[in-house]
Amino acid sequence: MQPRPIALKILDVVSIIVLAISAYLALFFAPTELVMGDVQRVFYFHIGTAWVGLLGFVIAAIAGISYLVTKNMLWDRFEVAAVEVSTVFFFITIVLGSVWARPAWNTWWTWDPRLTTAAVTELIYVAYFMLRTGIEEPEKRARFGAVYTLLGGISAPITFMVIRLFRTIHPIVVGSASGTQEKMGMTGDMKIAFFFALFAFTVIFVDMIWHRLRLSDLQDKVEQLKLKVSM
Amino acid sequence: MNTKPTRTNDDGTHPSSFARHPSLFKATFAIVSKDLSAEFRSFELISAMLVFSLLVIIIFNFALELDIKVREAVNAGVLWTTFAFAGTLGLNRSMAVEKDRGCMDGLLLAPVDRSAIYFGKALSNLAFMLIVEAIVLPVYSLLYNVNLFRLDLIAVIILGSIGYTAVGTLLATMSVQTRMREVLLPILLFPVAIPVLLSAVKASGGLLTGSVFAEIAIPFNILVVYDVIFIAIAFMVFDFVVEE
Repeated sequence: MQPRPIALKILDVVSIIVLAISAYLALFFAPTELVMGDVQRVFYFHIGTAWVGLLGFVIAAIAGISYLVTKNMLWDRFEVAAVEVSTVFFFITIVLGSVWARPAWNTWWTWDPRLTTAAVTELIYVAYFMLRTGIEEPEKRARFGAVYTLLGGISAPITFMVIRLFRTIHPIVVGSASGTQEKMGMTGDMKIAFFFALFAFTVIFVDMIWHRLRLSDLQDKVEQLKLKVSM
Repeated sequence: MNTKPTRTNDDGTHPSSFARHPSLFKATFAIVSKDLSAEFRSFELISAMLVFSLLVIIIFNFALELDIKVREAVNAGVLWTTFAFAGTLGLNRSMAVEKDRGCMDGLLLAPVDRSAIYFGKALSNLAFMLIVEAIVLPVYSLLYNVNLFRLDLIAVIILGSIGYTAVGTLLATMSVQTRMREVLLPILLFPVAIPVLLSAVKASGGLLTGSVFAEIAIPFNILVVYDVIFIAIAFMVFDFVVEE
């Protein structure tokens, strides 16, 4: 097995360091929010993971289109790496959001537009993995995967728009008091913690993608060795 | 798309010349009429979808205790759940028969544009779904004493079915080629089709509870937009799904 390239080693260490700093900033440095108290500190990681989660899904859709155009397997690997890492991060976002919602909204879950869309998006990418595991030929797997990420990438924003429009017609609304509204009331120190969390998770995201791409390479090698042995 | 421009036919004409190759419209029509005439001989698909729909409605009747008060609020939801489930059944079956006996390869070998295959299959799937809906609606009206025969409601149902079969045909073509086959289609289709199902339920629910057309303009417009977007995408990517 090839050793990790030195740049990746450095990135690993940097990822751990920025995660630690971000945790410190979120848990100790940022002032306690007046209304919600300490539980609001989950916000920094919530947004951080959501940001890289969505970033990955966008990257996956672009990689999917690039694959369909160029038929270069590299794009397929990139797409899988982005979807896999993002699905995990996005799941963390949902769990953290739920932790935050319990004290803030007095419930673990509501069918608010953002929450519903998040759940549907997560399901789209779970379906994506099920689709891929069902196909043996690598080339066909790549094609179908690319088509499905494309469909998912277009459907998810429409779902968000649709639910949002409907909820604004009907008065029974639990206000979407996450993200943007929260940001407006942020003090300077909160902003530091917030933007650092975004930065930290971006670094971690890149690191994870890199690892996942290496893993794909190794998987390929194993496949080829298996073929050699069987021949 | 599938014809090679360098090759010529036996008589020296270019393979894509219109004299020898049917137009997109003709090819689409040929596939639709093939599917419909095969179906009207056996009624396998339509009867399965129909019995299944009625069973779903009966289960809902017990599960939700559809008395007169509850019913008013959930009519649209029950109807669309029924259509969606029955639709999945039909989509699966209609693609599986193509795959099973190698008919799909035959279709792919035919010298027609591949989008004709997509439009042909999508149209015949839509036809099956509409036929089933046309039978379910009067039965539902009769059983639950609601009038479902309104032009605006029928327009919503047609638009919803178009969107559902447009993306469903594409995904069914993919799922029959995987190891899990039929099992996979609903898992792939439902999350992607949520916008169309949601807006269809909202629009029909609004109509059934007595809203005027202007009040359901938003879900109605979303239905139209969804239909256009997903027909366009499915049309563009269908080639990649049937490529061998």
